[in-house]
Amino acid sequence: MSLLKLFGRKTVSSRKTFPKGIHPAEYKEQTSAKPTRRLPFAPQVIVPLSQSIGKPSIAVVHKGQQVERGEVIAVADGPLSVPLHAPVTGTVKGIELMPTPSGAKKDCIIIDTQPSSSQIPIRGEERDIESMSREELIQAVKDTGMVGLGGASFPTHFKMTVPEGKKVHTVIVNGCECEPFMTTDHRVMLENVKNLILGIRIAMKCVDADKAIIGVEDNKPDVLTAIKPHLPQDGSITIEAVETKYPQGAEKMLIYSLLGVEVPSRGLPADIGLAVFNVATLAELGRLLPHGQGLIERVITITGDDLEKSGNYIVPIGTPLRYILQYANFTGHQAELILGGPMMGTAAASLDTPVTKGTGTVLVLDERATKNDDILPCIKCGKCLQACPINLNPCELGQLAAKRRYDVMEEQYHLNDCFECGCCSYVCPSNIPLVQYFRIAKVLNRERHLNNG
Amino acid sequence: MAEKSPKIDIRTSPYIRRAPTVPEIMRHVVYALLPICAYSVYQFGISALASMIVTTAATVGTEHFFCRMAEKRSTIGDFSAVITGLLLALTLPPGFPLWMGAVGGFVSIALGKTLFGGLGFNVFNPALVGRAFVQAAFPVAITTWTPAFALNRFSEFIPSTLAFPFMTADPTAEWTLNTAIDGFTGATPLALMKFQGVMTDAKDLFLGTVAGSAGEPSSLLILLCGAYLVYKKMLDWRITAAVIFGTFITAGFFHLMNPSQYPSASFMIFSGGLMFAAVFMTTDMVSSPVTPLGIFIIGFLVGFMTVIIRLFGALTEAVMYAILFGNAATPIIESFTQPRIFGARRDKD
Repeated sequence: MSLLKLFGRKTVSSRKTFPKGIHPAEYKEQTSAKPTRRLPFAPQVIVPLSQSIGKPSIAVVHKGQQVERGEVIAVADGPLSVPLHAPVTGTVKGIELMPTPSGAKKDCIIIDTQPSSSQIPIRGEERDIESMSREELIQAVKDTGMVGLGGASFPTHFKMTVPEGKKVHTVIVNGCECEPFMTTDHRVMLENVKNLILGIRIAMKCVDADKAIIGVEDNKPDVLTAIKPHLPQDGSITIEAVETKYPQGAEKMLIYSLLGVEVPSRGLPADIGLAVFNVATLAELGRLLPHGQGLIERVITITGDDLEKSGNYIVPIGTPLRYILQYANFTGHQAELILGGPMMGTAAASLDTPVTKGTGTVLVLDERATKNDDILPCIKCGKCLQACPINLNPCELGQLAAKRRYDVMEEQYHLNDCFECGCCSYVCPSNIPLVQYFRIAKVLNRERHLNNG
Repeated sequence: MAEKSPKIDIRTSPYIRRAPTVPEIMRHVVYALLPICAYSVYQFGISALASMIVTTAATVGTEHFFCRMAEKRSTIGDFSAVITGLLLALTLPPGFPLWMGAVGGFVSIALGKTLFGGLGFNVFNPALVGRAFVQAAFPVAITTWTPAFALNRFSEFIPSTLAFPFMTADPTAEWTLNTAIDGFTGATPLALMKFQGVMTDAKDLFLGTVAGSAGEPSSLLILLCGAYLVYKKMLDWRITAAVIFGTFITAGFFHLMNPSQYPSASFMIFSGGLMFAAVFMTTDMVSSPVTPLGIFIIGFLVGFMTVIIRLFGALTEAVMYAILFGNAATPIIESFTQPRIFGARRDKD
């Protein structure tokens, strides 16, 4: 069998890692050494009501109403929805359809910033985390309006509610930040260690785990040095370096790298006793929860081509891209504006698009973007099979997509296991937009299933 | 920021890509073939050179012509037709009549590639389709071998090279007799083995001082050129390894059964077109499998079939049919060797 293994797998080095994946250029040096600064308040912020994977929140403010920074302006609608808080002190200009990062125009609360305001957020009495029960704690997490800041926008309180019958023993803290260009998590782990440790404790208590492992890519040795002195003596929280490789930050990959176990196909980490949270999420939770505050701002890497003031900034949720480009002094005339990293981010179509809770990076790509739009036929080189971290056959899937055999893709080729990391498109010599094909196929399949009842 | 709003480009993720493009890969394969071509010219002289030029011109011309016919952009820029032309020339006898080479080149592209829909859609390796055609159409010419290092190889063509279409060629045997260094019988090592029971020394096979098709004699050079492509990550060494492994196991089995009747595994590996096929023919991306297990099975199968045909078939040049067989089996092998996806239960496979 060892020979067959040679054919199936690349030999794994001694570094903790997962098989396959890719090694894109990192481009992190542009911002990784720049300490986080505060972005000034934009004259107007646009807060989309839909900022988690659940239903849009329900606005509880009306046109002309004065709001104070940190005040609740929308409440959750259902378990997968989160409340929203005013990112600035100002006046509600209205609730209107505006472009959002997802591409579609959606309802947004527009607030005109009050120029004279001191912009000090509402802050409650300090609470003692230790004395709170698990239910109280999860409710407190829900009240912060926290979603996964890594980009998926999954409501954190929902993730912390362990499904019935499952037992979580270890919290995995994801500090990989494997996407090129991004350095927000890196800065957070350097600058916000105490809040991060507190956030990890909150998460451990909520899911009733007695261990936590922080996983960091080994391109950030400074993080290991910075965090190690703050770890508790009892060894309940540890930190481990994993290989710098994309998509190391995908939760299934990170779990495999750290523990050598596979999350079941179509399953959740909770199925094997794990819960995964992003470092920025937990650090922000550690900062907000003790004072009962809401998520109104986040650290964002503003980076890319033609920017004079790239760096990491604390940006109020709802700040429009136009203002960010202006502030960072964008000197170009034409570019791709990407919310998120260059592998999985979404392209913004309008300068009025605001940053949301899930936006970790504003990336302006011009020279470094791949602008080749010619698609050549698949030559079946098999590079995509050697890149796909979950062992799909993107080559076959791509050909099926071209023939519109979406049902076969799902039933025989595990389309729904694809988490759209983009490795296959990255390595494709024929420039075939494989991930895009798969996204379309998934949507059409979902539509078909709905129509069939 | 400029006064005017910047223009926003919209594409889909990933926004950065870095991979050698198809034309780049194909170009490097051509580079890797050039030393073999050069050595072939050194060995066999201007006839081999003329053969390469004519077949390549034929394949490229045919590709261009069919693109024009279909009112599509010409695809000759992707270099795949050049590869087909060179591969074809390198599998033909050095003194193969040029007009037959041109026919082979035309058939390679027309039947082997365009008919299926062009690059990426061909089921078989186009060069081998062309070779199989000329093998069937011109059985005498394709088995007429001339010696390597003939004295006047750079000053005159092998008589058969310049044969007119559909005319009887000048007899090559006489020319061979006059030019050969000593005692050349016009037989390749494989033919010697098969019909006369004579073994050629492994060192001669490795260095290529024997008769054979234009590109097959020196296993050493072929391996070096292949290593360059492996280093460039443009050649799947797993297929090459599997073919050699399959040949080794099968030939070794028969040799152990009866050493006096069946040749050794190393003879099988280094003789004929096997090494050339293992490095440059079976690894043709389009017609080879993509699944890891499929790659192994097909590679092994090609090695196995080669030995079986060589030992028990009527032909000496078995590799070609073994590969065409492997190409035909590829889709079905792929269909049941899909990789186990991450997190799938192992017992369900």
